[in-house]
Amino acid sequence: MTEHTTVVEEHPEVDYGQAWQGGDKPLKASYGKLMMWYFLLSDAFTFSGFLIAYSALRFNSSTWPEADFVFSTFPGGFHHMPLIFVTVMTFILILSSVTMVRAVQEGQRENQKGVAFWMGLTILGGLSFLGCQAWEWTNLITKEHVSLYTNPFGKYEADGVYINEDGSEGETFRAGSGYLVHKHDGHWAPKKYKVTSGPEAGTIKTQVFGPRAFGALFFVITGFHGFHVFSGVLFLLIIMLNVISGIYKKRKNGYEMVEKIGLYWHFVDLVWVYVFLVFYLL
Amino acid sequence: MENNSLLIDDEKLLKENGYDDHFHDHHHDEDPYQSNFFSKYVFSMDHKMIAKQFLITGMFWAVIGAAMSVIFRLQLGFPEDSMTWIKPLLGKWIVIDSAGVGHLATEFYYALVTMHGTIIVFFVLTAGLSGTFSNLLIPLQIGARDMASPLLNMLSYWFFFLASVIMFLSLFVSTGPFAGGWVAYPPLSALPQASSGSGMGMTLWLISLTFFVVSVLLGGINYITTVLNLRTKGMSMWRLPLTIWSFFITAIIGLLSFPVLVSGFLLLMADRSLGTSFYLSEIFINGHALDNVGGSPILYQHLFWFLGHPEVYIIILPAMGIASEVLSTHSRKPIFGYKAMVISIASIAFLSFLVWAHHMFMSGMNPFISNFFVIFTLIIAVPSAVKVFNWISTLYGGSIRLNTAMLFAIGFVSMFISGGLTGIYLGNSALDIQMHDTYFVVAHFHIVMGVAAFFGMFAGIYHWFPKMYGRFMNETLGKLHFWGTMIGAYLIFWPMHYLGLAGVPRRYYSFDVFDTFSQFSDLNKFITVAAIITFFLQIVFIANFFHSIFFGKKVKEKNPWKSNTLEWTTPIHAGHGNWPGNIPTVHRWPYDYSKDGFDFIPQIQPPLAGETENH
Repeated sequence: MTEHTTVVEEHPEVDYGQAWQGGDKPLKASYGKLMMWYFLLSDAFTFSGFLIAYSALRFNSSTWPEADFVFSTFPGGFHHMPLIFVTVMTFILILSSVTMVRAVQEGQRENQKGVAFWMGLTILGGLSFLGCQAWEWTNLITKEHVSLYTNPFGKYEADGVYINEDGSEGETFRAGSGYLVHKHDGHWAPKKYKVTSGPEAGTIKTQVFGPRAFGALFFVITGFHGFHVFSGVLFLLIIMLNVISGIYKKRKNGYEMVEKIGLYWHFVDLVWVYVFLVFYLL
Repeated sequence: MENNSLLIDDEKLLKENGYDDHFHDHHHDEDPYQSNFFSKYVFSMDHKMIAKQFLITGMFWAVIGAAMSVIFRLQLGFPEDSMTWIKPLLGKWIVIDSAGVGHLATEFYYALVTMHGTIIVFFVLTAGLSGTFSNLLIPLQIGARDMASPLLNMLSYWFFFLASVIMFLSLFVSTGPFAGGWVAYPPLSALPQASSGSGMGMTLWLISLTFFVVSVLLGGINYITTVLNLRTKGMSMWRLPLTIWSFFITAIIGLLSFPVLVSGFLLLMADRSLGTSFYLSEIFINGHALDNVGGSPILYQHLFWFLGHPEVYIIILPAMGIASEVLSTHSRKPIFGYKAMVISIASIAFLSFLVWAHHMFMSGMNPFISNFFVIFTLIIAVPSAVKVFNWISTLYGGSIRLNTAMLFAIGFVSMFISGGLTGIYLGNSALDIQMHDTYFVVAHFHIVMGVAAFFGMFAGIYHWFPKMYGRFMNETLGKLHFWGTMIGAYLIFWPMHYLGLAGVPRRYYSFDVFDTFSQFSDLNKFITVAAIITFFLQIVFIANFFHSIFFGKKVKEKNPWKSNTLEWTTPIHAGHGNWPGNIPTVHRWPYDYSKDGFDFIPQIQPPLAGETENH
């Protein structure tokens, strides 16, 4: 089977000089690598579609949750650690790109053991990232009750002060700070507060839910990215097993398969940078 | 033109000038590609067989899609007449009233219109046209053994097949196929309770089209890579036939636009089944207020038309490429303005990504944004006109052979002009206020990308049938088919312009309650009769096609059209790998017709003694 997937073989005797004159690979890449590049190009457009949908819905919305407030928990019961956990996740993913680079490099050196080792580390990185994502999702869904159609994260438009159940005034907060509508015994329990700045100063208000598009976009887009990481891990695993079995030793193009999955892996990392940007930084 | 006897024999050139890529060294015993029935005809990895699979599946869908249009045209032309006679076929979708008169169920009318659009746009004019001819011609005309990846190529067809099966099944579900228009705008498409077709029918529609996108991407990635990496020696990009240029650029458009449709579809699926509100906001339906807020139906329209507009160029560019090749070959003249043609194709492709919102002038989108889209829409007329003038100039002074392929290619130019001119009206956002969603739009796009693309496809089929099956199609039936379709298509769509200018809206089930439009009932009858006749004329084509496969006049020489391109240097029945021995090398562009006393000089011929400038 494999020998027939390449229909036209190499033509070292090309005498036309210029690469675009035919009988040559003008972009200096095998057809397999070109196909991976084109697939990634199309995939980039799919992600762009999502991110444009994100922007459109976000700018249609009058308010948006404060990322520093939403993503401020850390495993082990830590709070008030804005973006620390996602920094760890991102660092792991970027580190796995570094190990991928090493795997490709070892492939070019035809070092079978080196390729397998560095691919193993990359898989580990991918799995750790997925684990982190699973924790983050679990935390958002079970502890903070965000779902595809509910978003209890809101943002205060003006300064204010909480009103306790006995009518006395409690903690104060500043405009622009985030809040989470609490759930108590399975029921939503939004707090009351008095506005202390702006044109509505003095009025008593109740916390309202944030724009529901936030939760839906977060789960769909990070889920779609997570699905890419997951498939990447599967392919890495298959190719690592192939490396170990030694089938690439016999191939004319050697460890090119490792390079191709490497391209995919770097792409998935790159996309994460954009996802990270829109959900966590902007 | 008697000099042609001076040309060197193909076989001799292939043997002495071609190069040996050791392709045939692999399988001395038996060809694993064609060793048994399944690997030869069903799960074939040979591009020529895959092309035939695309073509015949496309023809199957074309018959269904066109038959649907005949049924809804009956409703539009003869709304009072009983349709009970068709009840055995449509069953419960023909509702018999107390007077015993059978009417087409309104939901099913919309389902027919929706399916007609979906099927013709995606399954016939994308898969059936670009899928067929890209597969057939790319390896043959660039001098390659096959596609870069025959396996992905096979998968491309089978994903299309899977999409076809699912769409076909959706025609038979009890709630009917999807009925919200081929564009599937939410909320109609997002809420299963919105109409009977929005339930299971829409779910199947979405799944089917998602598989279809997979098919397009697998195919497209292959086409692009093959054109770049597998051109034979001497086949520089500037020596590619215009067919290959058009398939190449079509594949690039598809690669960049279909993925955005996927993102739109995934969000739509989430809205349908997961309760999200991407496209839904403040909806009151069946006496209930939905709690969806914050979504934007316009967002879907942007994502859809970012594919939707490039899609019409995905449909028309292959037809343009085929028409260019057929016109040049059968007028025995070089194509006029080869480089201008290529640059036009490329600029049409580029501009096609900047015009999508001209479908949305009336959607409530910011009217100032419309200006941007009006300007780029009108600019597309420039490369389109360059192409039209070049085709006409190619014909001018040629020794024209008026065979069926040539007639359809000329018909293509005629249709493209007629339909293209009305596009300039519609591209203006101010005029669009009157004409939006009227029969003027229906007439415009049916002529410019429906009929024109079909004509390009027919030209291609009649022209390359000898290469596909080693036989000719019947010319008499072919000419009957051409003249009937040409006249029929104009009779159907020309009057629609008048309906549209008078404001008759499209997608309406009946106009009984509108006094203004009652004056058009005779015109609607006329259109329906023309549509029925034109539909039955296509049976002439189908009969001709299948009869000719088995009983057509046999092709006696390798190059029956005396054409320059490489596919005609392969044996009449080319096996796997296309050339039995060496791969040809290329020494000239494909349009050396009527040059220096030669009727034609194939691309394979090396520079001739005393020849003027060589391309």
